[in-house]
Amino acid sequence: MTTHLPTFDYRRPTSLGEAVRLISSGGSSTVVMAGGTDLVPKMKRRQLTPSTVISLSRVTEMQGIRYQDGATTIGSGTLLREVVASRLVPEPLRLAAATVASPHVRNTATIGGNLCLDTRCNYIDMPEGWRIANGHCLKDGGDTCWVAPRQERCWAVHASDVSPIAIAMHTNVRLVSETGERIIPLEDLYANDGINNLTKRRDELLVELKIPSIEMRASYYKLRRRGAIDFALVGAAASFALEEAGSAEDVRIVLTGIASAPVRVFEAEQFLVAEGLSPGSIVEAAGIAGSCVRTQDNTDLGSRYRKWMIPVAVQRVLEGLAMNTNERSADRGTD
Amino acid sequence: MVSPHLVVGERHPRLDAMDQTRGAVIYADDVAPPGVLVGRLLRSPHAHASVVRIDTTHAQALDGVIGIITGEDLPTRYGILPISQDEYALALDTVRYVGEPVAAIAATSATVAERALALIEVEYEAMASTLSLRAALEEELPLLHGDGVGRNVHRSVALEFGDVDGALRSSHHIEEDVFFFRGNTHAALEAHSATASYSPQGKLTLTSSTQVPHYVHRTLEKVLGLPSGKIRVIAAPVGGGFGGKTDPFSHEIAAAKLAMLTGRPVKFTLSREEVFYTHRGRHPVLMWLKTGFSADGNITAVHFRSFLDGGAYGSYGVATLYYTGALQATTYRIPNYRFEGVRAFTNKPPCGPKRGNGTPQPRFAIECQLDKASEALGIDPVALRLRNLVEPYSSTVNHLRITSSGLKECIERVVAASDFDARHGRLADGRGIGIAVGSYMSGAGLPIYWNDMPQSEVEIRVDRGGGVTVLSMAADIGQGSTSMLATVVAHRLGLRMEDLNLVTGDTDLTPIDLGSYSSRVTFMAGNAALDAATAVRQQILSVVGRKLEVDVADLELAGARVFVRGDEESGMSWSEAVQLTIASDGPLLATGSYRAPELAGPYRGSGVGISPAYSYSACVVLLACDRDTGMVEIERVWLAHDVGKALNPLLVEGQIEGGVYMGLGEALFEEQSFRGAHHRGPSLLDYKIPTALEMPPVETIIVESDDPEGPYGAKEVGQGPLLPVIPAVANAIHDAIGVRIDEVPITPDKVVAALRSAERGRSTRFGPSGVPAFEFPEITRVEPPVGFGVT
Repeated sequence: MTTHLPTFDYRRPTSLGEAVRLISSGGSSTVVMAGGTDLVPKMKRRQLTPSTVISLSRVTEMQGIRYQDGATTIGSGTLLREVVASRLVPEPLRLAAATVASPHVRNTATIGGNLCLDTRCNYIDMPEGWRIANGHCLKDGGDTCWVAPRQERCWAVHASDVSPIAIAMHTNVRLVSETGERIIPLEDLYANDGINNLTKRRDELLVELKIPSIEMRASYYKLRRRGAIDFALVGAAASFALEEAGSAEDVRIVLTGIASAPVRVFEAEQFLVAEGLSPGSIVEAAGIAGSCVRTQDNTDLGSRYRKWMIPVAVQRVLEGLAMNTNERSADRGTD
Repeated sequence: MVSPHLVVGERHPRLDAMDQTRGAVIYADDVAPPGVLVGRLLRSPHAHASVVRIDTTHAQALDGVIGIITGEDLPTRYGILPISQDEYALALDTVRYVGEPVAAIAATSATVAERALALIEVEYEAMASTLSLRAALEEELPLLHGDGVGRNVHRSVALEFGDVDGALRSSHHIEEDVFFFRGNTHAALEAHSATASYSPQGKLTLTSSTQVPHYVHRTLEKVLGLPSGKIRVIAAPVGGGFGGKTDPFSHEIAAAKLAMLTGRPVKFTLSREEVFYTHRGRHPVLMWLKTGFSADGNITAVHFRSFLDGGAYGSYGVATLYYTGALQATTYRIPNYRFEGVRAFTNKPPCGPKRGNGTPQPRFAIECQLDKASEALGIDPVALRLRNLVEPYSSTVNHLRITSSGLKECIERVVAASDFDARHGRLADGRGIGIAVGSYMSGAGLPIYWNDMPQSEVEIRVDRGGGVTVLSMAADIGQGSTSMLATVVAHRLGLRMEDLNLVTGDTDLTPIDLGSYSSRVTFMAGNAALDAATAVRQQILSVVGRKLEVDVADLELAGARVFVRGDEESGMSWSEAVQLTIASDGPLLATGSYRAPELAGPYRGSGVGISPAYSYSACVVLLACDRDTGMVEIERVWLAHDVGKALNPLLVEGQIEGGVYMGLGEALFEEQSFRGAHHRGPSLLDYKIPTALEMPPVETIIVESDDPEGPYGAKEVGQGPLLPVIPAVANAIHDAIGVRIDEVPITPDKVVAALRSAERGRSTRFGPSGVPAFEFPEITRVEPPVGFGVT
């Protein structure tokens, strides 16, 4: 029964240049740590036993929130607590960040860490002794995925509460390595594979998020067992940019807690672009979302219930947006 | 003016409140003797296997490993109940659940100890495992206890009082239901911890987070073969017990053995994962309940069957089995009653006693069924309950002696406070209100092992300056038992609580108390303390009376003075009176004790359920249920509890609120569940105890029925208030959305499944459909008490 951290070398670079150099020269057994709220328990459970841990907490270039060039830029090392509290951060993102875990965790966890959160599953996020007794799963070095033993992939679930809203808000992320940097849409960061769930190279660091200032409404709905601590049973973010009330020109619907990556429900998005937002179209779009997304029995409460909850979550987030929009239109009307 | 009633009935913070708040309390894991070694347990990865060979050579060779023991070092069987001596501290030749301890290591650091665990080689020969009630009761599988294959039945019982079949035949209405209570665990914040040391003179000292230092003492005596005088067990303040620290445990025995072998102190503190495997929590119980009613709603007969999934060992399970059938009769008058029950062994962590041991499960069934009957009979649920109440000072059909009962007042007061009548059946869709009641023992009538000695003893010593020390083995597990002792003694001696010194939970220093379980401490240790304090009081008053030439009956002891009643300036101070008494009589010491009256009925099994007094509770829950998600939000809880007399209303309220919290957790969230042999989530992320956000406002109502045998009239409050909470939630959910969830916990997936089934015109109920095919033993027929049935 292991309860203590394994031994490892600990590095704490103070600049981005030093950080990417360390990562680049470190072997495959080097990991980076942001807030550590997911990594440290994983190490205690021996899901990871890295030789070197590189803490990013002192990398100044990864800190802070600023508004420039028509975008809000958030350093990936910014604490979720700071994201929640900052007036520079668009409100939908702040509200979504406030649903992550608990105040204690948000005091330590970072927004970049949340975006890069490892996928989760009933068979992997378990103590070491449990995994030995049960047999190691595919993600854990074994050769079988216990969720779907006949398939040859890992179905572990993407669990970030920040990614759906950030994708809905057209966020880009800046990735930096020793050899260069690139900016990609956040949704391109993810791959629907429980083991290789991030497309960024191992030597790349996610340094910041850039949220463009687009005239839009956006919201995140998180269904969870308890009002704090728990991951989403299903999370749904939605956004739409408006020309005039009732007609959407760009709609995004993004789910979390369902697949190994955030899931955009393009069919429902296109339906709403075509049909516009109305109580009827919202229900229909929610139904479309429910019918085109599958669930596995790999998190809390089983797959059937979570499958049922997808249209509920989508409907609720859309209704919330429609309500806000109507209020806004009404406000405009009185101007 | 000195009031004679300064202490009892007043609101006082617990004596340890400031230390608790400051973090100054020394818990078991804070104990750190010099040179202490770190203990770790190797646990079985198999649910059921023979242990063929254990090789510790490589582990032993690791630098920093000081001692390793295996089952062969502790070959004596033990168990908390004399009839269930089925455990070894470390598996001897068979492992029976995933997580069962197999070997123990003492090392110089946690890192070394954990590395060494991986170096112990164990060869197992796996056997087929029994993982469900049905498998245990219906299939031929390798026996957990015994050789060969067969049904894994631990114990079964069949009792009948009166004529159930006859009464059912002539009943106007019959309700028949199946319920399932899935079982959960204590989830105390403090993980179990024990530190042992062994002196060169051969004295073993074990400091442990235990509710039962006396039973741990007895077990160490048996397993280690030491005389009792060579063992000292100290119960550290416990950071949450709830029944989870009421057995003697592997880590306690291993710590003791390793300390003896290495000559160095050894500490084991369990990880959260290990606490889930150590378990001894609420039994999963499948229940079949058939109740007959007359046209006007009187219960005519009850036939109840319980099927308990006991896990791998006995623990308190035989008692739990009997409890599932015993306390039905303490709230409602049941004229004819048949109880059939069976406890199965399965290859899972052993179940045991959790707050309410064996009674929340049938209480859930009874109270939900009463609501169903109320609909069928067209009688309001409150009226149906009121018309069936047990009378105070009566006997139940199964020979339980009932004394004080404030149940009627409890019901009336929660109904009034919650505006139940105006709300029930009348709230908007999605909001509901539900009611239920409960009852619990104020201490088990019999000790765990048969003996003629008192169940609790208290000693009081008074020093020459008037300082008073109260000694009792009662273990304070956060319920405030130490403060309770201070309340009783201070009140009796006219002193303040904070004037007293309390020495508790130490087998070397304190006289026997059997432990903090079965809600026995206030009633039993409280009475023993009152007895001892009364002896001190009488001795002082008689010496002072002689000195002042005043009749003892005219003397008063209050405000730290002894004086002639009506003249507070007369007499002398407490310390002068003490000195006078010591000068006259020698050392001022007194003892007191408590023995429960003989209550057992004329049948085998009647020892379970008897108690010198029963507490009563009634609960109303107001909630909202989301039809789309199945999520339940508790809006408010009203709980009235008959505690006999609130010695300290502040602590009574605390216990009620804690019981409500735990009851809500069991009703909606908590589940010790397994996927095959593997725990579904041995962590506080996966095992969902409610957070502060889920805890609604609780309106506590204290009812005082003044029990004739309780200390100052007091009864229990530690366990009873939990009982009605769970069925009140279930009944409120039905009121809110019209479906019945006959299974606990009521999770959102079950609610939505029931609603979807109802929408399709199918069943409006979610719950078990049947019970295993099991042949109960031949029924033992017991005559109801003389005079029972005469109204």
